[in-house]
Amino acid sequence: MTEASGNVGIVIVSHSPLVAEGTADMVRQMVGDEVRVAWCGGDPAGGLGTSVEAIMQAIDRAWTDAGVAILVDLGGAETNSEMAVEMIGEPRAGRIAICNAPIVEGAVMAATEASGGAPLSAVVATAQELSPL
Amino acid sequence: MTVQQHALITHQVGLHARPSVKFTKLAKTFASRIEIATAEDGPWIDAKSIVKVMAMKVPEGATLFIRADGDDETLAASALAALVARDFDEDAKHAGAA
Repeated sequence: MTEASGNVGIVIVSHSPLVAEGTADMVRQMVGDEVRVAWCGGDPAGGLGTSVEAIMQAIDRAWTDAGVAILVDLGGAETNSEMAVEMIGEPRAGRIAICNAPIVEGAVMAATEASGGAPLSAVVATAQELSPL
Repeated sequence: MTVQQHALITHQVGLHARPSVKFTKLAKTFASRIEIATAEDGPWIDAKSIVKVMAMKVPEGATLFIRADGDDETLAASALAALVARDFDEDAKHAGAA
């Protein structure tokens, strides 16, 4: 069995902490523990939103040398994730990818692919295979 | 050589999300090329692609044909057919949540 430490990690970024946590639960229950999963959601005041700081921390929690795939919901989740990746900087930034995929389905698909030890590019491609063209 | 096996899908909701993930994960542990189909003459789908396996939406009562080609083809085909025959190791009471 592959070790979680060697597989691509998954980060879930939603405006809602409930959506983010629920998505992470689905990944853990459906795919298992071979993949590191971290989530963040909500603004620091307790409302809906995303925070660059929280996204950076989630990336740290999910980090493995194989990299991290990020699943986002709407607008700010994506732009703040891009900002978080930029602030993390190289060399790690090159091993972080934001997937253009639906957050729940994409997270499950990406984690399934990651659980088999696939590289980041394959994990992202699997999540994005779901998206309408 | 290609090894082929088949197994009846008995899972209440068919080869749905959670069973698909289990099936694909197991398929990925083998080196052989593995394909599945719901009819012996295909179309054959890459069993290691979670997106394609889930998109098949194999219903309960369908027969799943599994074929493997490679060094571990015999082991791969039997292990995957056995997983289906064991109803993906899920209790019936969990089936509704899959």
